[in-house]
Amino acid sequence: MISLIVASLVIFACIEVIPGDPASFMLGINAQPDTVAALREELGLNASLSVRYLSWVTGMLSGDFGTSYTYRTPVAEIIAERLWLSLPLALIALGLTVFIAFPIGILAATKRGSWTDMSVMGATQLGIAVPNFWFAMLMVLLFAINLRWFSAGGFPGWDNPFAALKALTLPSIALALPQASILARVMRSALLDTLSEDYIRTCRAKGLTRRQALWRHALRNAMIPVLTIIGLQFSFLLAGAIIIENVFYLPGLGRLVFQAISQRDLIMVESVVFLLVFAVIIVNFAVDLAYAWVDPRLRARV
Amino acid sequence: MRNLIVGLTLTAIFVLAALVSFLWTPYDVTVLEIANKLKPPTFSHWFGTDHFGRDIFSMIMVGARTSIAVAVVAVGIGMGLGVPLGLAAAARKGSFLDEVIMRGNDLIFAFPSLLIAILITAIFGPSAVNAIIAIGIFNIPVFARLTRGAAMSLWTHDYILAARVAGKGATRISVEHILPNVANLLIVQGTIQFSLGILAEAALSYVGLGAQPPTPSWGRMLADAQTLIALAPHVALFPGFAILFTVLGLNLAGDGIRDLLDPKLRVQR
Amino acid sequence: MTLLSIDKLSLSIRGTPILRGVSLSIGAGEILGVIGESGSGKSLTALSVLQLLPDGAACTGRITLMGQDVLTLTEQSLCAMRGRDVGMVFQEPMTALNPVQTIGAQVAETILIHEPNTTKSNARKRAEQALTRCELPQDRFPLSRYPHELSGGQRQRVVIAMAIALQPKLLIADEPTTALDVTTQAEILTLLTRLVREDGMGLMLISHDLAVVSNMAHRIAIMKDGQVVEAGNADLHRTMTHPYTKALFAASNHQPDRRVTPKEVPLLDVRGATRDYALPRKSLFGTPAKFRAVDAVSFQINKGESLGLVGESGCGKSTLTRAILGLETLQDGSVFLDGEPVGPNVLRKMQVVFQDPYASFNPRHKVRRLVAEPFHVLGRKATEAEVDEALTSVGLTPSDKHKYIHEFSGGQRQRIAIARALIIKPELIVLDEAVSALDVSIRAQILDLLAKLSNDFGLTYLFISHDLSVVRAITDRCLVMKAGKIVEEGKTEDLFNAPSHPYTQALIDAAPQLPIA
Repeated sequence: MISLIVASLVIFACIEVIPGDPASFMLGINAQPDTVAALREELGLNASLSVRYLSWVTGMLSGDFGTSYTYRTPVAEIIAERLWLSLPLALIALGLTVFIAFPIGILAATKRGSWTDMSVMGATQLGIAVPNFWFAMLMVLLFAINLRWFSAGGFPGWDNPFAALKALTLPSIALALPQASILARVMRSALLDTLSEDYIRTCRAKGLTRRQALWRHALRNAMIPVLTIIGLQFSFLLAGAIIIENVFYLPGLGRLVFQAISQRDLIMVESVVFLLVFAVIIVNFAVDLAYAWVDPRLRARV
Repeated sequence: MRNLIVGLTLTAIFVLAALVSFLWTPYDVTVLEIANKLKPPTFSHWFGTDHFGRDIFSMIMVGARTSIAVAVVAVGIGMGLGVPLGLAAAARKGSFLDEVIMRGNDLIFAFPSLLIAILITAIFGPSAVNAIIAIGIFNIPVFARLTRGAAMSLWTHDYILAARVAGKGATRISVEHILPNVANLLIVQGTIQFSLGILAEAALSYVGLGAQPPTPSWGRMLADAQTLIALAPHVALFPGFAILFTVLGLNLAGDGIRDLLDPKLRVQR
Repeated sequence: MTLLSIDKLSLSIRGTPILRGVSLSIGAGEILGVIGESGSGKSLTALSVLQLLPDGAACTGRITLMGQDVLTLTEQSLCAMRGRDVGMVFQEPMTALNPVQTIGAQVAETILIHEPNTTKSNARKRAEQALTRCELPQDRFPLSRYPHELSGGQRQRVVIAMAIALQPKLLIADEPTTALDVTTQAEILTLLTRLVREDGMGLMLISHDLAVVSNMAHRIAIMKDGQVVEAGNADLHRTMTHPYTKALFAASNHQPDRRVTPKEVPLLDVRGATRDYALPRKSLFGTPAKFRAVDAVSFQINKGESLGLVGESGCGKSTLTRAILGLETLQDGSVFLDGEPVGPNVLRKMQVVFQDPYASFNPRHKVRRLVAEPFHVLGRKATEAEVDEALTSVGLTPSDKHKYIHEFSGGQRQRIAIARALIIKPELIVLDEAVSALDVSIRAQILDLLAKLSNDFGLTYLFISHDLSVVRAITDRCLVMKAGKIVEEGKTEDLFNAPSHPYTQALIDAAPQLPIA
């Protein structure tokens, strides 16, 4: 909560205070003084800073993000429309990340030092090093241009859920691959760490096999570092989505924010950035709740 | 050991390419030869030419300068500010200072580096310097947290108590006893942040928030290649491989250094 | 009937020989004490029986358990054997339990693993019985408790309950009480003895502490460098022939030769020292509760005196130590050294030696720099002669100053720690559990060194320890601390022979006594 307030202050300060006069900044150097004055009036810039901040925040709380200067429509509407693409994209990518990383990480940890472990871990080294937008371009080249299994870009809308999901397939794979490589490595090393704990030896002395000790005891304890990383990765996925949308010409928040920057639509930039920060903070809170679910020692604190 | 050798070799190749590019490149990257555009790889143009007929091999050499410079300075910013903050927070654990530093870190962590870059470019316009600042700011909490965590566990060691019994103050202990013992960790994390910096710089210049023309950069070469990928895939392939191998080299070197210094070190990705 | 017989067991890990021809046997209802110093191979002998060895370990010889040759069993049969035929208890109860599972689930698991047809409710019922047998009554310690809600002693009881849930024929306990306080140690040892008697189990009790084992074992085996050097009955102290056994008994009963008459001049004067800690707040707005770690403690140490401070973990003795060293601010009361309030200026008259010889030194500095560190308070650099003198006085050579700390053994490191405390010629040396982490033979050497230094330099010691035998050996006067307060004070001999406070009596009763030959 406190971090949200501070974050909103930081964003507000960056956008509305640092550039000097936002109205003349938004209109560019060649603007007529009376147009600038009119825009100042329209943006409510004649009020004091604190009043403007409060009205921005209370507006956001009631779902009113202000009116976009370029589009002349409420920012909230445009963002909501675009969010319907970016959020599913990030969530699908997160799901894929977990879905790929967990089996690989567990496999590598169980077969530690084996040929499987080495080759899987080698592959994740590559996965971490690949820039995701370049990987996306290569997938477009292979699957869209050469094999023609997918379209190279664009989004048909959610009216046809199957087509929509198909359009999000390549982008989410591109997003998920590097993060899945990181998570698989974290999973493996977290498991190996817990497997060397004293209580695993206790379990083995009870008569559990190596495999039983891993599944029943090590896995849940290894989830603590893994959850931390998943929380961090969501913010990378959101940010990464902004870039990947560019590769696939997807009309999401990313495209919106770059257009807004080039059109100097500060209200739009401010709102999108705040929304993304808000999402990151919410996810961190969810991770804290998940910690408590995994680890009884932390339950008292939440 | 194998990791270290492969990693250092790859890294050395790119650092060397960047350094040599100041003195010599096979072709001049500022000369446009439209007649020669989009040539596939040949003996005269090892990696082919781009849509302006420039030699891609030469551009990758020059682009290495941008990537390495941005990443080095960004790691410098992150270490230069993050390490002292982390040391200070650990030395006064639980104090108001510690609280402020850690809350500040949480705040920066809520802004992925790309968002910081977006905010900065929205205000100051896109440039390589702003990309450096954005990545550098993001590096601060990474180093601050890492240093604080490692330093805090060192502060409980008896040798720190012994130093306090010798009448040494927190600053002196931090410099004399804590810093040398977290140095290994910082070196390993530094190589990882270096590689992340190269990836981030490439992403930022790909979306036009990084180095601006005519400065060549790998990310923008890929952005330019995107519309041409069906026509001339090599334009997209080589800059991508350059990023891939540099980052791979740095990560392998980081792992190798860690194995060499202390296999138990915990770094953050 | 012989339950377990180990015959000429040799073990090597990646080619390095660890055990060489170990032979031991245990019968039903019998307690075998295995004693050895660190590195003697006693733990690995135990782990060999369960075949829970580190990667790269190879065994030769024979281990026969209830007629089966353990070394030829498949992993599957080994798993069936572990927990059902042999239970094991480990040293460190704080980490031996899975922190994210209830104690009930962990005890019931032993049963469910070996008897998959048992219903969950039946397994829970038997887990309750096992915990109750280990003196964890169900009304206070229900199955739904998590390990972090229990103390170290209680956790060790859970580990024992897990090990005996299926009433195995053999129980192996590897230093089961080393991490525990002396009163808890006595309770756990009584519990183990009772379980052995009730179930007719064989017990292999591994310890570094002769006194712990001699009080309860039927037979004793002494190990050194991967070999059994001598084995015998409980009266081994009368029948022993091997020089190492004799040395071990002598060291355990060691009485250093200290001949100093303290002057009637107070050096350290602690007056009403009180230290509170804020507990983590329960709610966001309530004032955090306070925990009084040190409660109005007053005492004096005279010049040349050796004062002992005894107490169990959590009694506040570490906090008091740090307050005396000026590292901890007091809420109330004051500490004076030689008439001056404690602060940076008096540190030149007072130095400290810590418990852990491995954590006491910055691994990146050479011995010269480590030893010379206290000169910081004098505001000058140490001369080479001063460093050499300090090293020589603790039995090291001047050339050792060019080495790094990792080149020294635990006992040598503790000598270096003493050299560091000695170098600025302080009047008072605070010894915070300074010999607790050392093997008995090394401990005897360090105690001799401390006695010699006090004879030579007239040093004053504040000797903080949980180990009563050590305090008895080296101090003139003794304080007993409990829950932040000094509960008894007196001349060491008087206090040990006729303790007046019930807590002191309990402590002295609980401390294992070595039989005198």
